[in-house]
Amino acid sequence: MDTLLQQIVNGFVQGSVYAMVALGYTMVYGILGLINFAHGEVVMVGAMVAMSVIHLLIGSGLPPLLVLLISLIISMVVCMALGYGIERIAYRPLRNAPRLAPLITAIGVSMVLQNLAMMFWGREYHAFPSLLPNNSHRLSGAIITEVQILIVLIALGMMGGLLLLMHRTRLGRAMRAVAENPSAAVLMGVNINGVIAITFMLGSALAAVAGIMISANYGIVHYYMGSILGLKAFTAAVLGGIGNMRGAMVGGLLLGLIESLGAGYIGDLSGGFFGSHYQDVFAFFVLISVLIFRPSGLLGERVAERA
Amino acid sequence: MSYKRLSLPLAILFAAALVACGKSETPATSPASPAVNSSAADELVVKIGASAPLTGPQAHLGKDNENGARMAIDDANIKVVIIGGRKARFELISEDDQADPKTATIVAQKLIDAKVNGVIGHLNSGTSIPASRIYSDNGIPQISPSATAVSYTAQGLKTAFRVMTNDGQQGKALGEFAVNTLNAKKIAVIDDRSAYGQGLADEFIKAVQANGARVVAREYTTDKAVDFTAVLTSIKGKHPDLLFFGGVDPQGVPMAKQLKALGLNVKFVMGDGGHTPKFIDLAGDAADGVYASLPGVPLEQMPGGKDFSQRYEAKYKQPIQLYAPYCYDAVNVMIATMQKAASADPAKYLPELAKITHSGVTANISFDEKGDIKGSSVTLYQVQHGKWQPLQTMGGKTSISAH
Repeated sequence: MDTLLQQIVNGFVQGSVYAMVALGYTMVYGILGLINFAHGEVVMVGAMVAMSVIHLLIGSGLPPLLVLLISLIISMVVCMALGYGIERIAYRPLRNAPRLAPLITAIGVSMVLQNLAMMFWGREYHAFPSLLPNNSHRLSGAIITEVQILIVLIALGMMGGLLLLMHRTRLGRAMRAVAENPSAAVLMGVNINGVIAITFMLGSALAAVAGIMISANYGIVHYYMGSILGLKAFTAAVLGGIGNMRGAMVGGLLLGLIESLGAGYIGDLSGGFFGSHYQDVFAFFVLISVLIFRPSGLLGERVAERA
Repeated sequence: MSYKRLSLPLAILFAAALVACGKSETPATSPASPAVNSSAADELVVKIGASAPLTGPQAHLGKDNENGARMAIDDANIKVVIIGGRKARFELISEDDQADPKTATIVAQKLIDAKVNGVIGHLNSGTSIPASRIYSDNGIPQISPSATAVSYTAQGLKTAFRVMTNDGQQGKALGEFAVNTLNAKKIAVIDDRSAYGQGLADEFIKAVQANGARVVAREYTTDKAVDFTAVLTSIKGKHPDLLFFGGVDPQGVPMAKQLKALGLNVKFVMGDGGHTPKFIDLAGDAADGVYASLPGVPLEQMPGGKDFSQRYEAKYKQPIQLYAPYCYDAVNVMIATMQKAASADPAKYLPELAKITHSGVTANISFDEKGDIKGSSVTLYQVQHGKWQPLQTMGGKTSISAH
């Protein structure tokens, strides 16, 4: 029983990690219909920048939480600039090109970022300084750390914040207008370029937060960390229905739970025939099954059909 | 409409494929001149290929290997080496195999096409094995500094050698250590499904069972994962007293941390893949008490270990990660053989390689009939006060045969 409970907690934490990143994918997709494959790399840059800033400030005698806050702000600003740059260089010139073209540039950008990060921060793994209190707590048999609780809360907060933004603010209305029909939005006086740039910057700022929380949880950062994370988060976004904020959360949590319960029980249930290395197979099997019956994902309905 | 919906899964596949095939580093030297015979000053140009993952999660280990090989090449170029009466100039052609078996075969072909005289590599067993067939077909001698899977030299290839203890020897030592020294009775095993991790874990299990302990859990992960909580939770439910991980430090570090966080009180043991200074840097407190093995004797006790590590640090401004001294030795064995055979022609010096005896930095190197190093030993270490402390050395002068 304890084991099951612990597996569910593990799945929730892992799922929230995926959800944090998936929200960034889904927001950009919901508005532009573009899969920003560089998003995972932005998460990595966010983590790397935060690590560098923390290393710079750690000796200055500032309180740890202030150091973390400063590094969070700097890393968000850097990522926003990066997000803006990516949009300006790799996506805007291709806005009216066939759908495949921006997909290719997205993959290109992700490789460029990965290799730049490798040149800048080196090939080795870095320790991410632990500034957050990270004590373990018992939740009736299951163990959860404070950072993990924070990850779940931040993922939920991000989702709530984005929903509020989309549905309660002028900017959100402009975003939805661009999503529905860009040319009509222009005619209504929406500054499309501005809205899209803000979308990317917002997504990148979220990526920075996700990067810091993920690194704080695992304690290590590496220039390669974004690619697997990006792929998994993208899967989560598709599972929940890409373009849908609640879907990203649901998809992330579901993927996390499937992976953790899969890894925990496949071996025992199949008498050792399938081992825990089948967890990804299992996760993708669920993804395919969902897509067969609900091609737009669990909660997905396209925000807009683009002509 | 339906086309658009279809395009999404297609896009995933496409992206995954693109990311997987990735990028490779071009060699620093241009293969413009023909392999042997540069008429300029009657200089003999000898091209030595090297391959290791220079990008991806194991890039730090790959770079370490490349550094070791480059140091040997630079040394050889400084002290004049005469091969068959001609002054030899050595060139290193370093390629990135991304620790990926498929890429490794491409790299192997690329090195063949560049007309290398010999190959030092690859770092991983998973890459060394598929590549070895290609080198063998082309008659190019291959010395791996770090591939440990038993099957690498068990294929019966005349061209495959290694200067590293194999997993049969290492797994046996680890298993005996776990049961006899650490008194483990119920043992859990995780491996990363790479040729190295899997091979080592299998050999470990054999030794553990032969010594009377029980394997209560056998779990798996990948060499790219960072989250092991699910697997560890499942293991926790089976109450082992020792956990063995067949894999490398990028996974070992988060695993050690998550063990602590989950309150799983076991002795944590790894093979040579965990024995890096980086492991301690990254794992911090969680590294304390972790055990790992390393083939051969400790660096300080190697014949030329101290001198080598000082020169390495002076040259590259960083500590040795893992296999650099073995890479250095592998290159030097190859050069020494060429000198002895008075030829850099693979067909001519290959027979000599099987017979050579060379006193290297890591050990006195000679090969058995399979291409494995003779008289290998394994040393076990534990992290104490933030340092790897040698506990005991097992094996030694006589060759421990794997099977």
